[in-house]
Amino acid sequence: MATAAAPTPAHVAPPPEPPDAPRPLRPPSRVPRAFWWMVLPAVAIFFVFHTLPVLQGIFFSFTDYAGYGTWQFVGLRNYLNLFGNDRIAHSYLFTFQFAIVATVLTNALALTIAMGLNARIRLQTTLRGLYFIPNVLAVLVVGYVFNYLFSNSLPVLGQALGVEWLSTSILANEDLAWLGIVVLAVWQACAFNIILYLAGLQTIPGELYEAASLDGASTWRRFRSITFPLISAFFTINMVLSLKNFLQVFDHVIALTNGGPGTATESISLVIYRGGFQGGEYAYQTANAVVYLVVIIVLSLAQLRFLQSREVES
Amino acid sequence: MSDTVLRRKVTGTPSRSGRRLRRRDLAEGKVSWPLTILLVLGSLTVLVPLYFTVVTALKTPAQLGGAGFGVPESWTWSNFADAWRLTNFPQAAGNSLMLTVGALVLTLLTNSLVSYAIARQMAHHKVFKGLYFYFVSALFVPFPIIMLPVVKLTAQLGLDNQIGLVLLYTVYGLAFNIFVFVAYIKSIPLELEEAARIDGASTWAVFWRIVFPLLAPMNATVAILTVIWVWNDFMLPLVILSQRDDLTLPLTQYVFQSQFNTNYTVAFASYLMQMAPLLLVYVVAQRWVISGVTRGAIK
Repeated sequence: MATAAAPTPAHVAPPPEPPDAPRPLRPPSRVPRAFWWMVLPAVAIFFVFHTLPVLQGIFFSFTDYAGYGTWQFVGLRNYLNLFGNDRIAHSYLFTFQFAIVATVLTNALALTIAMGLNARIRLQTTLRGLYFIPNVLAVLVVGYVFNYLFSNSLPVLGQALGVEWLSTSILANEDLAWLGIVVLAVWQACAFNIILYLAGLQTIPGELYEAASLDGASTWRRFRSITFPLISAFFTINMVLSLKNFLQVFDHVIALTNGGPGTATESISLVIYRGGFQGGEYAYQTANAVVYLVVIIVLSLAQLRFLQSREVES
Repeated sequence: MSDTVLRRKVTGTPSRSGRRLRRRDLAEGKVSWPLTILLVLGSLTVLVPLYFTVVTALKTPAQLGGAGFGVPESWTWSNFADAWRLTNFPQAAGNSLMLTVGALVLTLLTNSLVSYAIARQMAHHKVFKGLYFYFVSALFVPFPIIMLPVVKLTAQLGLDNQIGLVLLYTVYGLAFNIFVFVAYIKSIPLELEEAARIDGASTWAVFWRIVFPLLAPMNATVAILTVIWVWNDFMLPLVILSQRDDLTLPLTQYVFQSQFNTNYTVAFASYLMQMAPLLLVYVVAQRWVISGVTRGAIK
């Protein structure tokens, strides 16, 4: 997965000269027909169920379509209306705040735990197995369990400890509810990132550390000069995928707060879902989705460029 | 010493890692016990919510209250029976299972084939290289932009059911699966394929008889990720399915939430019943799951 940047043993294929080719006169770029048949059905189906909906979405974002009945072109009106809309502005603000905090926390925690799990410890296999468990559980279902913990168990603990802000459910608190969503998201996402970082750490030859400790390098120094540069490709891919996934947060919100209290934790996905399916705002929300698509692509590319330029540097 | 060996056997640590551990002990010093203890404590963040789910599912409503971490005074198995009836568990579980198996089989059979063609031809032909980027770029298209149009599309085509979902999972998995399959296939030497061709095998035969079996490790990785995804997915079934009879396990938790709100113990029994199947499979196959996912990451 991470290997966009990792060098795969570049397999340089010989010039295509299929052994069954009768004449050497064949143009060199001739692809055996079977290969076309292998990809054509997939391309067709992918186009119909993925690309076409994207194009349709973009198309309808310039109309006043409600999801049924007739429609007319309205130009950029949907897009212009998006800007004055407080609810949508707030959903972007919430989603970004959540996604940035969750991305940073997830990667910091996952890298730390992965380094621990890669060190000389007992119960290594068992511990690795335990830390991966959240990844095999459904976010929605775990979210309902966390919901109970946040709204019933934690307040009891908070009262016993005399901690004011914990004494009531944080999910019912407009300013704190997003933290609950961060906790659930980080808890769940760490599992997968730990495994990816572990995979990265295992590609580092142990001799490097031996040499470094002979030179008297401190733990921090070894991390800065060996570990981090050598897993930077994994760091890049984890950061980009985390941010992209967290920007699409949906199940977490449904399970914990359902967007509340009020609209305090409505994510962009939730607004599109609600407005599009229940609010008769089909065209308006597809315009929102188009903006959202652009935002995600721009952010991912920017992040990729920035992180990869640092990779080269180190 | 024999104690640790025994424990290692019990926990299923492969002997290879045991050897590596010992070699490293000699080279770099002792096992770090403080770190081990720290990590064990950290793993409680995973175990405690699971423990909480189990004990709550076994309580009566009267035993709830307080922080809720106490052991139930008596085990109330009737919660499971109630949850079973309320959510129509057999049907939902059957639906989830059918979806998961369907998506799994179709994904393995098709995604590897498409990846093979792309991996072997992208160096020779621009179209295949273009297709690679076309599929992989879908990784960055957020689902909400497809959501509204695709729901209309599946409804019009009569695919707002399990068959449609299986198809969508297979199609939407392509982006990521092509990414990992192609990298893996490129590392497989061509010689075997060429030998088979000289013996007269067609391209199809080469794929099914030579390449597909060689893909076993990557198939395992893709299989694991697909199963986890489909079994747990909530959003796609939520928007696509139109019949109550088609509900999947995560969807039933959502649909019955209002009834659960007054009945936490039954709700937790129901949550546990959704988590249990995959959790059990994972506990049994833990080592393969982790090495499978790791392989997907390195290739």
